[in-house]
Amino acid sequence: MSEFRYAVNVLPKQGILDPQGRAVELSLPHLNVTNVSRVRVGRRAELTVTAGSEAEARALVDDLAKELLSNPLIEAYAIELLEATSSAVSAGGAPPATGSGADSGAKVTRS
Amino acid sequence: MRIGVVTFPGSNSDVDALNALAVAGVEPVSLWHESPDLHGVAGVILPGGFAYGDYLRAGVIARFSPVMRGVSDFAAKGGLVLGICNGFQVLAESRLVPGALLRNRSLRFASKIVAIKPQRLDSPFTHRSTGAPLHIPIAHGEGCYYADDATLDDIERNGQILWRYVRSDGTPALDPDDAANPNGSLRAIAGVCNTAGNVAGLMPHPERMSESILGSDDGMQLIRSFVDSAKAWETGR
Repeated sequence: MSEFRYAVNVLPKQGILDPQGRAVELSLPHLNVTNVSRVRVGRRAELTVTAGSEAEARALVDDLAKELLSNPLIEAYAIELLEATSSAVSAGGAPPATGSGADSGAKVTRS
Repeated sequence: MRIGVVTFPGSNSDVDALNALAVAGVEPVSLWHESPDLHGVAGVILPGGFAYGDYLRAGVIARFSPVMRGVSDFAAKGGLVLGICNGFQVLAESRLVPGALLRNRSLRFASKIVAIKPQRLDSPFTHRSTGAPLHIPIAHGEGCYYADDATLDDIERNGQILWRYVRSDGTPALDPDDAANPNGSLRAIAGVCNTAGNVAGLMPHPERMSESILGSDDGMQLIRSFVDSAKAWETGR
């Protein structure tokens, strides 16, 4: 099994009124900024999935993004792989984990 | 007859709803979010508040709570479900009613009395309405009704728009920037129902205008419609 860390970036769909984005835009003149437009404000969730493969992990994150993290009626999402950690690799002589309270098997970041 | 009111962590209008049901002469039953058991009630209210702190999106965490399994099954059997304010958001996130509730267009939390007008008087939630505008309070930050154009056309054609925000002359505040449209709702929509007509949600709080001592009993037109329909449904089973 491996651990995959993802970010799910959620933004209001194109064409949906985004009052937060508009409020940010309206504040720009106060900063003397005049060359910034089309501001959208959304949210980002980061999560770690333990799974046999990246495809399996990504399918689960896709389901969660659709059902929970976003509302497809009003929001679009994009999934980003941040980090993949293989416990199999760490078992084969990885450097000791730094910091206190780490799990017994040290984890090696691959990407 | 018994009607249930769900309490989620963060509900704050559950007691008001229980009181309005008592005023309507039925036995109010408090339902807890952790159990899918509805205790044989003839109707369910999802009350206002901030279920699960409104974290992530208003209503979405509540959607996955055990009680909502019971509510979905109940609705599928034709049982009457009314979502008020946060309860409407829970129904929308659960896809039991069409559309979504966005952040108010003003970005401000809106707390005031608004005028809404029932759009049909033959639904289980409006049949005891006079047809005149009801003056009842809103208290929400995310009440801007949104659905895509095709959905809006569909619900309009199917008669699923039950209440609209109206101006003082009684006409719908269709312009999202109209002062009588408190949150920028598309087509001035204050409340909708599902295609079957047994699940409805609205942003304003009828239970807070349930007795003259509270300022008005306008809200009882809606509560009594719901209660009578629940009675009829229970009798017909």
